[in-house]
This record gives sequence, C-alpha cells and structure tokens, in this order.
Amino acid sequence: MIEVKNISKSFAGNTVLKNITTEFYPGKVNFIIGRSGSGKSVLTKCVVGLMEVDQGEIFFDKRNFTILDRWDRKDIRQEMGMLFQGSALFSSLTVEENILFPLQMFSTMSKSEMLDRVNVCLKRVNLEGKNHLYPSELSGGMQKRTGIARAIAMNPRYLFCDEPNSGLDPQTAIVIDNLIREITYEFNSTTVVISHDMNSVLETGDHINFIYQGELSWRGNKTEILHTENEALNNFVFPSKFMQQIREKLKS
Amino acid sequence: MSSVYFNIGKYFLLMVNTFTKPEKRRIYPKLIVQEIDKIGLQSLGIVALLSLFMGAVVTLQTAANIDSGWIPRWTIGFTTRQTMILEFSSTIVCLILSGKVGGNIASEIGTMRITEQIDAMEIMGINSASYLILPKIVAALFIFPFMVILSMFIGISAGAFVGYTAGVTSLNDFEYGLQYSFELWQVSYSIIKSFFFAFIITSVSAYHGYFTHGGPREVGASSTRAVVYSMVLILIANYVLTQLLLL
Repeated sequence: MIEVKNISKSFAGNTVLKNITTEFYPGKVNFIIGRSGSGKSVLTKCVVGLMEVDQGEIFFDKRNFTILDRWDRKDIRQEMGMLFQGSALFSSLTVEENILFPLQMFSTMSKSEMLDRVNVCLKRVNLEGKNHLYPSELSGGMQKRTGIARAIAMNPRYLFCDEPNSGLDPQTAIVIDNLIREITYEFNSTTVVISHDMNSVLETGDHINFIYQGELSWRGNKTEILHTENEALNNFVFPSKFMQQIREKLKS
Repeated sequence: MSSVYFNIGKYFLLMVNTFTKPEKRRIYPKLIVQEIDKIGLQSLGIVALLSLFMGAVVTLQTAANIDSGWIPRWTIGFTTRQTMILEFSSTIVCLILSGKVGGNIASEIGTMRITEQIDAMEIMGINSASYLILPKIVAALFIFPFMVILSMFIGISAGAFVGYTAGVTSLNDFEYGLQYSFELWQVSYSIIKSFFFAFIITSVSAYHGYFTHGGPREVGASSTRAVVYSMVLILIANYVLTQLLLL
C-alpha cells in the first residue's frame, strides 16, 4: 500500500498541491482524476520521487520514502514500474532491448533467463515476435503495450500509469485498460493510474481520487461516483447533457 | 549574476552525480565503445577534410607572404608545422567538434529529457546522469587526442604535398622546416589541451541537454547554447592553458 500524508507542493509561490492525504491499495486499480492543471501529474511525480514535496510524507508499505536519500530510495524504486504518457521507450533500443534494460541493470539473471523473461512479458501484452522492432516502427497502442511490458519486467509491487489511453482509439484504449487491470490483479500490485478517460475510470476504477484545484476533493469507487453530490466531480465526469442522461440511466 | 552562480552550481552537482559509482560497471565498456564510435569515428571525415585543406592553405599562404629573399623557403614547413601542432589541430578542430559533437550530445540528451526517457531511467532507480553522460566524457577523453594527432599528420602531409606540387617549396626544404627547432613538448601541449577541450565539450553539452524543459524548440535552443558555451569555454581554456603550459 502507498500512503500519502499531508503533502503540499508549490512552484515559485504557486501552490499546486494542498495538504493531500490518501491511500493507494494493493491489488486495486487506483485512479487519480482531475482537470488539466489540477495537480494530478505533480502528485504522481511527488509519489514516485521525480519531484520533492515541500511538506508531508509518502510511505511505501510503511517505508517512509520522503526521508530517504537518493541511494536508499533505489531499493523502493526497483519495485516500481511506470508507464508514461508518451511511453518513454528508449528510441535507440529495440523492443527487446527496452524490456531487457531494467533486467540488465538490476537482475542477477543469466542472459538466457533474461531473454525468457522478455518473451514472457511480450506474450503477456500480446506482442510476441516484435522483439527486434524499434519504437518508431510500432503503433501508439503497441508502444503503450511495450511500455507496460517494460514496466512489469521486474515484477513491480507498484505500477504507475500516466494517462495510459491518451492518443489511442477507444478500442485500443479498452485493450490497455484490461491489460492494466489484469496485471494488477495477477501480481497484486498497487496500481496508480492518472486518467482523463471517464470510460476507463468507470470501467476499471476500484478506487478513485478526484483532485480539484490542488486539493483532494473526493474519494470513492466507480459505483459511488454515480451517486456523488460533489458538484466539481459531477461537472468533470458528466460534463455534457448526454453524459448526465447516461448517469441517470446508470443510477436507475 | 545570481543565475550564473546557480547554473555553475547546477553544473557541478550534475558532474558529481555523473562521477558517482555507477549501478552496473560491466555495462559501461560497451557504452563507451559506442560513444567512441559516435563521437570519434563518425567525426573522422570532417576532421580529416578540414586538416587537409587547412594544411594546404597555410602552406600556400606562407609561401605567398614570403616576398623577401632573406627569409628561407624552409620557413614554409616550419610555419605549417607550428600552426597545425600548436593551434589548428587542437583548438580549431575542437571548436569545430564542439559544433558537431556538442550539438549532437545536447540534442540527444535533450530529446530524451522531453520524451521522459530520463524520467523512466530515474524511476527504475538508475543514475541517469552517470549512465548517459559518463560514457560520453570517457569516450571523448580517449578519442580526442588521437583525432588531434591525426589532424596534425594530415595537415602537415597536405602542406608538404601542396607545397611541392605547387612549386613553392622543395620537399627537402619543407622537411628541414618541419625539423627546425622542433620540441616534442609542443605536441604534448596540444594533446593536454585536447583533454580539457574534450571534457568541456561533452560535459557542457550534456548539461544543457540534461536540463532541457519544454518541446522540440527548447531542444534546439539547448543545442545552440551547448555549442556557444562550449566554444567560449574552449577559447578561455585555450588562453589559460597556453599561459600555464608554454610561458
């Protein structure tokens, strides 16, 4: 479990996160949703340690991440996997080399064991046989799936996904959502997903955190979101009349 | 002024990170060989071409400017040697390489930054500064002296060839000029300079690439800044090293 306790973050006097406290649960797909500029990406970057918090604490299974220095954080970081919005695949490496990368850096496996692991990961994301293609030769969906394969190569306890569906068609988005959900349940990983995609949220959101103007405005699950009285959340999730009608139907 | 100190501090902190213990040492030899190819071998063509024509032109210019019978013809060989060894092969070649190699390093690392590839490394627990920058610095420190020596050889050979074929000097005169008052220390001085310039080009360019923020336009801007700052620092370092080593 990841526990976030009272974290705040400012940039040049502009407060982006205000006193946020929440938990991300293992074996669940935990969503962070919110409008653009609400602070959800900053929150995630603080949680993974790409940004330092101004105040507050972050615990990874009772281990206080915020007080650790760069070297002590390494152990926890090796338990993390992250899927980036733009996939962040190493463009000079093939699919196979991208997935091999964390294994070569940190595992004690032999070369053949590593290659076996790469093939297992590629099979898991339905990309068998694509080992020797470069990221530029892959479609957006395939790049995301390669990103997921790289993220799960080290069997992460914590999986972070930054807008995994951005730039994908609805059908491919569903494939990625299902993959993230299946991997979360299979590895019992603590998965944190930042998303704008309400279809994903309503489909796979086991635990949802709504950030509004830098504050945690609402917490709940995909069923509770239909019945919430939080106006900002309703405006965000059901912005059009059409969506509001869908909501009423779902509620009934 | 405070931003100058801020950037200098940031540069030194990046260098500290770069030279801290790498995650897995046995990966580095392969990376260094790749960088030697990228930084050095792929620049051999431009270094050879420049040295060839500069050696030839210095020879012809010297010959054209000797209009007194009191100045011996071997001065042509002597001047070509001094020009190539003392300044052209080390300083000018490195200034040109700062454009090619420095721009390349800054844009490569800058693109990795804006496409979150560096963030991906950091999240995996990899010291991205060490992984990305250290092999480039080591490769440049290794290959630049060889390129400088090659440049000297090609420039002086081209000078001899052009001087002889243009009829401005005989090979014997040219050879006499080459050997006249020759001090091996001058070659060492040039090689020592190339070490400093190699470090400046790779580290300054990597710094500008590593701290790129924004999009492709900012990568271009980082690349330009990397070349400009590298060139200015090379010129300053050239002056300081000449003062320290030759006088």
